[in-house]
Amino acid sequence: MTAVLEVRNLQKNFGAVIAAKDINVTVNEHEIIGIIGANGAGKTTFVNMVTGYLRPTSGQIEFAGRNIMGLPPRTITNLGISRSFQVPQVFASETVFDNLMMAYAISEESGLGLLSPLYNDERAARVDRHLARYQVAEYRNATSSTLPQGIRKLLDIAMAAVSKPTILMLDEPTSGISAEEKFDLMDIIMEALRRDQTTVLFIEHDMEIVERYVSRVLAFYQGRIICDAPVAEALLHPGVREFVIGEEYHRTRTANGNGGDNGGQL
Amino acid sequence: MRYIDKTVVGLSIAFLVLLFADFFMAEWVRFIGLQSLARGAVALGLLVLWRTGLVSFGHALYFGFGAYAAAMLTLVGYHDAFFLVFAGTLAAGVLAFLLGFLLRRYRAIFFALLNMAFSMILYGVIVKTEALGSTDGFSVLTPTFLGYAPKGEAVQTTLFIFTLVFTYIVTVGVHLYLKTTLGGMSMAVRENEIRVEYLGYSAEKVIHVKYVFSGLVAGFGGAIMALAIGQVDPDSMANWTVSGEFVFITILSGIGNVGATYIGALVFELIRTYAFEYAPLFWQFILGGSLLAIIMFLPDGIWSLFGRLRRSDSSESSSNSNKAPSP
Amino acid sequence: MQELIVILVDGLVFSSYLFMVSVGLTVIFGVMKILNVTHGAFYAFGAYMSATLIGAYYNTELPEFGGFLAIFAAAIIVGVFFGIVLERGLLRFLYHRDEHIIVLATFAMFLVLEDVLLMIWGTDPYYAYEPMALLGAVDIVELTFDVYSLTLIGLAVIVALGLWLGLTKTKWGKLLLAVIFDREISQAMGINVTVVFTVTFVVGSIMGALGGAYIAPTISVSPGIGVEVIILSFAVVVIGGMGSIPGAIIGALLVGISRAAAVHKFPEIELFVIYAIMALVLAIRPEGLFAPPQARKI
Repeated sequence: MTAVLEVRNLQKNFGAVIAAKDINVTVNEHEIIGIIGANGAGKTTFVNMVTGYLRPTSGQIEFAGRNIMGLPPRTITNLGISRSFQVPQVFASETVFDNLMMAYAISEESGLGLLSPLYNDERAARVDRHLARYQVAEYRNATSSTLPQGIRKLLDIAMAAVSKPTILMLDEPTSGISAEEKFDLMDIIMEALRRDQTTVLFIEHDMEIVERYVSRVLAFYQGRIICDAPVAEALLHPGVREFVIGEEYHRTRTANGNGGDNGGQL
Repeated sequence: MRYIDKTVVGLSIAFLVLLFADFFMAEWVRFIGLQSLARGAVALGLLVLWRTGLVSFGHALYFGFGAYAAAMLTLVGYHDAFFLVFAGTLAAGVLAFLLGFLLRRYRAIFFALLNMAFSMILYGVIVKTEALGSTDGFSVLTPTFLGYAPKGEAVQTTLFIFTLVFTYIVTVGVHLYLKTTLGGMSMAVRENEIRVEYLGYSAEKVIHVKYVFSGLVAGFGGAIMALAIGQVDPDSMANWTVSGEFVFITILSGIGNVGATYIGALVFELIRTYAFEYAPLFWQFILGGSLLAIIMFLPDGIWSLFGRLRRSDSSESSSNSNKAPSP
Repeated sequence: MQELIVILVDGLVFSSYLFMVSVGLTVIFGVMKILNVTHGAFYAFGAYMSATLIGAYYNTELPEFGGFLAIFAAAIIVGVFFGIVLERGLLRFLYHRDEHIIVLATFAMFLVLEDVLLMIWGTDPYYAYEPMALLGAVDIVELTFDVYSLTLIGLAVIVALGLWLGLTKTKWGKLLLAVIFDREISQAMGINVTVVFTVTFVVGSIMGALGGAYIAPTISVSPGIGVEVIILSFAVVVIGGMGSIPGAIIGALLVGISRAAAVHKFPEIELFVIYAIMALVLAIRPEGLFAPPQARKI
């Protein structure tokens, strides 16, 4: 397994507040990693630093061997790391179709190419295939501001995935989604990403979802990573049990795949 | 895809009609027409900025800069309209390029006010400079056109054609530009800058490009105005009230179509001229009242009236025009 | 040394004038988030009303110093009338609109009111010098200053203190501060923001009118005096921090003394030094030197 992202000794201070400290992570190609932790533990700060939105106070970030610390999000996106947001960031007054057309256009064009017409039939076809992949084709012509939350999240993720990133970081993809719909949503997302063998890191509070999709877990607590292990091991880790999922969490999955009690939900 | 772009057709027809009519217009009609083209061009720049989510309260800066640049060149012996207008446009464009590095970092009311501050700096400089005629300004000599030196009414007739040709080219160009990726990114930056950054492009760069364009057309309008009126002075070209008028015209027109700003400029000019002529003590009242009426009852400007009268399938006049610039 | 004193006194007088005309603008912006261009009209109306009332007063046999009452009466009349009529009659229909549109609406209102002024008072200038003549002149370090202009400093101090006390010590003041900080939460807490808006606009109008009313005896009250005031007060408010009263004080001092220095030492830059400072502040610290703290959004 080749390392695609190396984070060493990352630290972030906001004045006297230490939001992240001693963050050391190596992410390998094609891994699916779950990032867990209580609110305020530093998960989104981590994503913000890796994607260039926040400048770390100290440390190093290397992507595919290249130092990316201090680069702005647009450069990091073009190098191959994309992200989705807790609150979906879309073009609210535009249709789903137009949102993705813009995403494709920005991804595909550069320099003078930006002066070529936004709309062409080939691009439209690509958008339609992408819509199908994320199963939002029926919302193609709906204005984004009218979308149900789940569809809007899918749009946000779909837009992030347009550039076929090497790494995709998802910030709480199922937050705000009802319990019945969470699995369906994640199934769609992970299936779409599996096709391109994207390396995925996603922040999640629901342990059942974490268990189902990831091979490895990063547990954050008060700005530090307290556990970096395969999922089975992580969920038994005492620190994780005390600070993240709770002592009473039982993984009692029955034969037909239904989970036991959800004591671990935060 | 449609093969016939209705806006381009409409603009072309208007161009031909006006070109033809130029030779038969009464002088005063042509004069108003010239001013409408000049101001409409400035408003076109503001339209592009508005779609990007920005309003400038200081575009008299570029208008005045272009006007004075062209005027000053006549003082040192340059007469050719092509050269003068080109120089005025370029001067304003360079200024916009330079200031753009600073201004592209600001949004909302700060962007509007920073522009205004710079425009008042120019105003202050002009007023305090005796060599530029201070508040009286100075007159601009009659232009020539690549050697052709018209006299009398022919000056305005020729200037009108000159202006018409360039505004036609620029307007059609903007219309086509708005359909490109970079043109569409006005909407993207207005709606969600973070998204644009995370899709891989610099929102500030987009704003800078739009800003330079707006400076160029404002400088163009200023240079034309200087030649058309034959006079430059700070109060009618660089003062903050002039900037206010340009924004007024933009709102009056609506941002639904590139051609709208010329109609808005014309309506503005007519209101102002007639108000001033028939009710010299009330013209501000009428102007202010009209602006309020538009804001309250016709928020998408005059162009929205056309939208209601006939179905326009131009790609810009969608529900986007209903959106206020800042989300 | 003498020059320094002249600049200082001149600067303080002009700063006081600037503060008087800007504080209303900053209060309205702080609470309602509106840049009120009509402010210039309040100033002009205040000046005209003051001149008229002073003229009427001194035609009677009433005691001479009572003329000052005419000034304050003018400010209150203009402020209350226009404040209520404009806010209730027009502005409140536009609160949901884009901020630039609201500014333009106030610009339109300004244009309308400029002509209403002409309709009422005509184009001839008015003079109402009596209060100023009453106070005479005084010598400071061998230079003569008229006492009236110096009282402007006193007035500014009183207004500043009054506003500060009013905002921090009274219930109404605290409500205003709450709305300045966050309109939505204030509404959620049960504060009647509608009433707060009206009251704020009236207070701001009175302040603007007071600026014009008090200055009337020192100038020739004629059409167009409102135009320059708008841009000047914008500059002061931006520099000090939009919505901050201490900011208005500091901004007024900065602009006032800079301008006095410019007038006496570098007259060529007098006009634009103000806007240069405004541009500088906007470029470096757009919120102004004393902006209220903003919560960081995600």
